Amino acid sequence: MTAQIAKTSATAGRYGIVGYWRCLVGIVWREALRFLQQRGRFIAALVRPLVWLFIFAAGFRSVLGVSIIEPYETYVLYEVYITPGLVGMIQLFNGMQSSLAMVYDREMGTMRTLLVSPFPRWFLLSAKLLAGVVVSIAQVYVFLAIAWFWEVEPPLIGYLTILPALILSGLMLGSLGLLLSSVIRQLENFAGIMNFVIFPMFFMSSALYPLWRMKESSPLLHDLCAFNPFTYAVELIRFALYGQLNGYAALVAVACTIGFMALAVFAYNPSKGLIARRGGPGGAA
Amino acid sequence: MNTEALCALNVNGVSHNYGQRRALDDVSLSIPAGAFCGLLGLNGAGKTTLFSLITRLFDNTSGHVKVMGHDVRRAPKLALQQLGVVFQSRTLDPDLSVMQNMTYHAALHGLPHRFARERAMAELQRVSLDDRAGEKVRALSGGQMRRVEIARALLHQPKLLLLDEPTVGLDVGARRDIIEHVRQLVGDDGLSVLWATHLIEEISEQDRVVILHHGRVLAAGIGSDIIAMHKARDLKSVFNTLAGVGVGEAA
Repeated sequence: MTAQIAKTSATAGRYGIVGYWRCLVGIVWREALRFLQQRGRFIAALVRPLVWLFIFAAGFRSVLGVSIIEPYETYVLYEVYITPGLVGMIQLFNGMQSSLAMVYDREMGTMRTLLVSPFPRWFLLSAKLLAGVVVSIAQVYVFLAIAWFWEVEPPLIGYLTILPALILSGLMLGSLGLLLSSVIRQLENFAGIMNFVIFPMFFMSSALYPLWRMKESSPLLHDLCAFNPFTYAVELIRFALYGQLNGYAALVAVACTIGFMALAVFAYNPSKGLIARRGGPGGAA
Repeated sequence: MNTEALCALNVNGVSHNYGQRRALDDVSLSIPAGAFCGLLGLNGAGKTTLFSLITRLFDNTSGHVKVMGHDVRRAPKLALQQLGVVFQSRTLDPDLSVMQNMTYHAALHGLPHRFARERAMAELQRVSLDDRAGEKVRALSGGQMRRVEIARALLHQPKLLLLDEPTVGLDVGARRDIIEHVRQLVGDDGLSVLWATHLIEEISEQDRVVILHHGRVLAAGIGSDIIAMHKARDLKSVFNTLAGVGVGEAA
C-alpha cells in the first residue's frame, strides 16, 4: 500500500510542469555527458579558436591596427579585438555541428528517441537547442581562461555579463543550424556547411575586422556584413565582455532567434514539415 | 466505439506517400489489449513507414491511428505516453553507460531521477543485465543492446510495445532470448505488442498476424485462421503465395 502511494506520487505530474523541467534537465545533462565522453571533440573545439588566437592574431598583429572603437577605451591588441569573434566562432561551429549531427548520419536514432517523447515537439527541439548552448558556453569559458594568459584580460565583471549574451547568441546560431539541417538537403556533410555557411558568416562579419575597415575597401561587403546575423552575435558578445549592452545587436539577435526557431519548428512539424516529404530520418530502409 | 476502446492499437484507413511513391495504401489493423501481433512483410513493404506514423514521426494525412483509444494526431501526448518503441536502427548512445541511457529516457518521460533508477534496475533485471548497468553501451553485444532497448522502452510502463525488426543482425541464441522475453511480457504483464519482421519463423500460428506487402494489407487475423482460409499448409506458404515470393522477390 505504501509502495503504491510512493509510486503514484513519484509518477504524479510526470507530464506537468515538473515533468517539463525534468525533461529539460535530462536533455541538457545528456548533451554535457556526451561532450565530456568524446574527448576528441572537446579538444578539437578548443584547439580551433586557440590556433586563431595564437597564430593568426600574432601574425596580423603588426599588419592590422585597430583604432579606438567602442567598447574599447584604449588602443587594443589585435588578439584582444578578435577574441569576441573567436567566442562567436566557437558558438557558430557548435551550433552547426550539434544541429546537423542531430539530423544526419550518426544521430538519426537519437532524434527518433527524442521525438517519441510525449512532450510537445517545440519543447523537445528547444531543450535540445539549449543543451547545445550550455555545451558551447562551457567551451567559451575554457577558451577565455586560456586567453587570459595571452594578455586578453577583460574586466572581471565581463565574465559575468557575457553569460546572457552567450545564451542569446548560442540560441540564435543553434536555431539557425536547426533550420538549415531541416531545410537544405544538399548540405549533408560538414564540409558543405563549412564552405557555404560557417566561412562566409565568419569572414563577412565584424569578428576579424571592424566594419568601418570593411567599408574602406568595399561598401557592398560592408552592407553584407551589416546584414549578417553573426555580426550582431559578435558585437553583442564584444560589448558584454566589457560589461556593456549593445541594445541594437541584442534586438537583432532576439528577432533572428525567434525567426529561425519558428521556421525550424515548422520544418519539423510532422504534418507540414519536410521530414515526412523526404522519408524521415533514417529513411524507410 | 466500444471495441476501439479495448484496442491497444487501432489503425484505420491510413495511407502515406513519399513524393510520388505510395508507401502505405489504405492500411487498417487493430491489436486487442494484451495481444501479440506479428506484422509480416518483406523489406520495403511499408513496416517502418507504418511505425513512423504510429510514433508520430510524421502525421497520417488520411485515416486515423489510435493508441489505447487516443488519437495520435489529436492527442499525441496521451498516445505517446502509452507507447514504448524499439526502433530498427540502434538508438542507444554508445558513449554513455547503460544506466545513463536509461535515465535519459526516463527524463524524456518526466520521471524523477531516483524513481527512474529504481525502474531502470527493475527492467534491467528482467533482461538479466542489471549487473552491466554501469558499463558503457559500447561494451555490450548486439543482443544485449537490444535487450537494453527493450528494457528502456518499458521504463515508463507503456501499454503498447512496438518493435521494428528487433532481431535483425542477431545470432540464433540472442534472437530466441528476445522473442521469448517479449512473449513473456505479453503473457505475464498483459502488454500489447506489435512485432514487425520479415522472418516467418518468429511468428506462431496462434498469433495474430498482419501481412503487409507493397504498402497494402493482404491478410489479417489469427495465423491458423489465415492458413485455413487460404487452404494452405502453413503461414510460410500463405505468405509466399500472397506476396508472390518465389517469382524473384525473396527477401
